[in-house]
Amino acid sequence: MPTGTKGGSHPQGRQTGVSLSDRRLEGTMNLSKKDMLEIRDLSPEEIDLILNTAASFKEISTRTIKKVPTLRGKTVITLFFEASTRTRTSFEIAAKRLSADTINISASTSSVLKGETLMDTARNLEAMNPDIIVIRHSAAGAAHILAGLLKQSIINAGDGAHEHPTQALLDMLTIREKKGSIEGLKIAIVGDIAHSRVARSNIYGLTKMGAKVVICGPAMMIPREIERMGVEVCYTMKDALQDADVVMMLRMQLERQEKNLFPSLREYAQYFSLNRDNIRLAKNDVIVMHPGPINRGVEITSEIADGPSSVILEQVTNGVAVRMALLYLLSGGVK
Amino acid sequence: MKKKKVVMNAEGIERSLTRIAHEILERNKGTDNLIVIGIRRGGVSLAERLCEKLSAIEGAEIMSGTLDITLYRDDALTTGKRPALEGTYIPFPLDHKRVILVDDVLFTGRTIRAAMDALMDFGRPELIQLAVLIDRGHRELPIRADFIGETLPSSLWENISVNLTDNGSEDEVVIEEG
Repeated sequence: MPTGTKGGSHPQGRQTGVSLSDRRLEGTMNLSKKDMLEIRDLSPEEIDLILNTAASFKEISTRTIKKVPTLRGKTVITLFFEASTRTRTSFEIAAKRLSADTINISASTSSVLKGETLMDTARNLEAMNPDIIVIRHSAAGAAHILAGLLKQSIINAGDGAHEHPTQALLDMLTIREKKGSIEGLKIAIVGDIAHSRVARSNIYGLTKMGAKVVICGPAMMIPREIERMGVEVCYTMKDALQDADVVMMLRMQLERQEKNLFPSLREYAQYFSLNRDNIRLAKNDVIVMHPGPINRGVEITSEIADGPSSVILEQVTNGVAVRMALLYLLSGGVK
Repeated sequence: MKKKKVVMNAEGIERSLTRIAHEILERNKGTDNLIVIGIRRGGVSLAERLCEKLSAIEGAEIMSGTLDITLYRDDALTTGKRPALEGTYIPFPLDHKRVILVDDVLFTGRTIRAAMDALMDFGRPELIQLAVLIDRGHRELPIRADFIGETLPSSLWENISVNLTDNGSEDEVVIEEG
């Protein structure tokens, strides 16, 4: 098996404009996208590329000097119109570990309060020449609008109840690490599916990667005709958890509830929380996931959230690696 | 069809590595604090073989690691296509170590520049020495190797590949027109 080739990397010898030898490029692929807007338009190969790249990036965060020079001179702006600790911090750490400069703008400290529109904010940011803009917004499609308007790469960090692609990617990385592969697993997603962008992105991603996805929640929180996304619907925890390899609990999004979708949190917890009794129905080596922040005692008991099956904090660690991979893959290169 | 010429066969490669192993031991007066690090991808199996030889000669365990320099390349973001990341494995600090950096072919020197930057992120080695199987010339940076298997003047349009097989019997260095 050939193990190395060196050639053609001198400007005079360059014919294709590619300065790496052909052999080193075997098995390589680019993410031929300007933006990362949704899991829906990714191919399984692209998801694999992102996850493989992220797996390599994990090692950097374990070093004493947690930094590589790859994105030196690039500027990443995070533009958050909705509250966030984890995702914004994760993007900022990811960018900094790649040596990019980061600027964080949140709605509460920006000119949005003075009535500036999203378009005007975006055009003004563009005038300062950033390279990548990460946006979270309460309106579905906000990231798509920016992507169409600006020449910069846009990363969707959550748009309304539409998608949260980086969350699904970090979830898939975590599952792949723990289970070896996603294909063939029974994965239960439990909670308010209708309002959850995390659920939507994960359903697109996990079904593309060959998992059997089961969703579960109160009937009024399950969108009609969701079966068309390739999932099975359960209305009891018993059916959802039976022999599950992975259980993904969603946060009850109290801020997105219109009034009275359910009578009380207590009643919800009674039927749909993950606890020491119902987790026994799942496989012995089940892993428990949650995108955070947790409502302890509502969708999951503290005992399970902090227990041996929980991979919730590993999800956070993997989030940094996935975001590093995306910043790297979307930077430079051929668009 | 492209012209192809074998410039080094399995025995030649084996002899070169044996000589380099002895030179490394002579220059460093043994294996104290010695660490061998192969640059992905071509340097990795050479580093393994060199490590085996050093251990066999001195009867001592020698630590080794692998280095993926992709993220340190000076063209990391400007090349059209990118090599897949394969990851770095250096699970120990390099402070006060004598690092033998191993690659298959020394060409422009840019890979070695990137590798040295990467190594410095793992501590402050006492020294770094460079061992390569082939030095083909055409340096673009002030870099030279400490241990060289063979110096092979080449034209810029030629490709030089070091092909190593698992059992070593069909190893060869090939030069072909680009």
